[in-house]
Amino acid sequence: MAHTLRDQIAGKLEKNIEESLREELLGDGASAGANAGSVNDNSSAVGDNNSAGNSCQTPGDNSHTAGYTNPEDDDLFTFAEYDEAESERAGYTNYSYWRSTVRMFFKGKGAVFCLTIMIALIAFAIIQPYLSGQRDPYTVNTDSELFIPLRNVAPCLEYWFGTNSIGQDLWARIWAGTRTSLFIGFVVALVEAVVGITMGILWGYVRKLDFLFTEIYNVLDNIPQTIVLILISYIMTPSVGTLIFAMSLTGWIGMARFIRNQILIIRDRDYNLASRCLGTPTRRLVFKNLLPYLVSVIMLRIALAIPAAIGNEVFITYIGLGLPATTASLGQLIDDGRQVMMNAAQRYQLIFPAAVVSVITISFYIVGNAFSDAADPKNHR
Amino acid sequence: MVKYLAKRIGHSLITLFIIICVVFILMRQMPIEGYFQNYDKLTEAQILAGLEEQGLLDPIPVQLFHFFQGMLQGDFGVSHSYRVNVPVTEILAEKLPVSMKLGCLSVLVSLIFGIPLGTIMARFKSKIPDKLGTLFIVFIQAVPAAVYYLFLQMYGTLILDIPLLFDATNWKSWILPVFSMSLGNIAYYGMWLRRYMVDESNKDYVRLARAKGASGNSVMFRHIFRNAFVPMVQYLPSSFLNTIIGSIYVESLYSIPGMGGLLVTVIKGNDNNMVQAIVLLYATVGVIGLMLGDIMMVILDPRISLSGKEGDR
Repeated sequence: MAHTLRDQIAGKLEKNIEESLREELLGDGASAGANAGSVNDNSSAVGDNNSAGNSCQTPGDNSHTAGYTNPEDDDLFTFAEYDEAESERAGYTNYSYWRSTVRMFFKGKGAVFCLTIMIALIAFAIIQPYLSGQRDPYTVNTDSELFIPLRNVAPCLEYWFGTNSIGQDLWARIWAGTRTSLFIGFVVALVEAVVGITMGILWGYVRKLDFLFTEIYNVLDNIPQTIVLILISYIMTPSVGTLIFAMSLTGWIGMARFIRNQILIIRDRDYNLASRCLGTPTRRLVFKNLLPYLVSVIMLRIALAIPAAIGNEVFITYIGLGLPATTASLGQLIDDGRQVMMNAAQRYQLIFPAAVVSVITISFYIVGNAFSDAADPKNHR
Repeated sequence: MVKYLAKRIGHSLITLFIIICVVFILMRQMPIEGYFQNYDKLTEAQILAGLEEQGLLDPIPVQLFHFFQGMLQGDFGVSHSYRVNVPVTEILAEKLPVSMKLGCLSVLVSLIFGIPLGTIMARFKSKIPDKLGTLFIVFIQAVPAAVYYLFLQMYGTLILDIPLLFDATNWKSWILPVFSMSLGNIAYYGMWLRRYMVDESNKDYVRLARAKGASGNSVMFRHIFRNAFVPMVQYLPSSFLNTIIGSIYVESLYSIPGMGGLLVTVIKGNDNNMVQAIVLLYATVGVIGLMLGDIMMVILDPRISLSGKEGDR
């Protein structure tokens, strides 16, 4: 990682040198094409002082040839086509971190596919209740003539995913559950990110706190996360808030440690030292110099926290500490499905929610990994 | 070395002490129903008398002190609803061997499958075996264990034609629970071993070995594998934890008479003393597992120096 940033800086410096050279040459009026050609030739040797040295030679050469009018000179030098891949490799043309990240990300077909599915699922889960013809996830559907509940209706045109064992519409329940589970996942990921980053920065940047925080970490890290989850859910009343609290309680620790280690590594790098010497306030140093460096890992952890939270919710529901029946969640649907899974005719009640959970978690996992790869400047060339 | 061991064990003890205190104090916040077998039928005077008898009306530090006293003598109280008035330790003593056997088997199975998986993936990097392996790992890592356990049970019992529930005397009924518990660790070992082997294979000594003309397989196993395997040791404790978590789920799914299944049962039955004892036991196992992992790592990897003089920054 050390290399890439320095290379970028070197690249940017080089860009400036080359631009000023080009201006010089253009002022000379001779052959701008020659310059463009030389730039492209040297582009492969970025980080090498030779390239700057070589270009320095050209003005001298040109001044010699300026007066000498040979018509074939124009054919000798042609304008180089702007080749994006080539300049990207050289790392000095219009490099923008986020643009490169996005471009890298969209190179992976699998990740783009998963991103599409992910966005579609989230968007649909949000707008589903406002679409026409959707049923309420909690209403027990009854037969219009006999007034008996429509229990365990297999998937049909009327009930796309069938109904559950008390007659509620499974399609509506799955989307309501997806909303609940995604909400839990997002909040947990957000808390993990905010608390983890804050603690990590304090831990890594404030030297006096290091010893204390490390000792606390050594104790906290030893506590199995599942035990905390079970205990908190057992003691508090089951609700969305309880689950979020229980999951957030432990999630930030790993994040904080990671941020701390990274900050320890980069806080005294030359560019940060230079910044500090120039009197940059700590706040600015942290937000402008340190955090952007960590974007890729932070994003990865956030993306992975969401499937983990969904998995935890399924687990907690199974051991009987999950959300009350009045709140549909994916964990609950899977647990309901589990109770009828050995009956082949009702197996759909497990398969549909399980499929939705798998698609959501896998797509978050893949998108998270792909994005973190793309956001790592090491992979930008 | 001795200093490190003392420090590491000290950490674990402090952690355990804190966990016990926190668990104990939190458990006191539970509704008192969990301390009686037939709460609904009792009069208020009887309830008060019952609480008094169990020492639950004392201030919490006093209770905590009594608890530690009892704990050192191996007394964790009695069960209230699971098996009335049977000492918790007696119940756990019956359940523990089953869980241990299952856990050890599952760690063994995950090593047997996980190591070849990682090796093959590294050997055929970016070829079909690697891609298939990655697919498997992504699936296992991303999808909640609760989901694929269910499908394993549902279709596994149908395909293998074995009973749904566990029966210790029927060896076939061990297959699915052990395999379920191993899956997460197999993916974990496979993923890390592959990563370490790929890292190692880019190092100079491997290039030298190849330049000398060592065959591909010999380089793979005699050079890369040995070096890549050492850091894997640090994942053994996490797999320990994974097994614990898996066991809670798997044991109760297959009705295995072990600790994990028991935890689910007593949580549903609000049996406070039982929950407390099992949670503490699991926490202890987790803490000890992590500690052993760290210690093993230090012993096995000569590159880790504890003197703190060289390379200490």
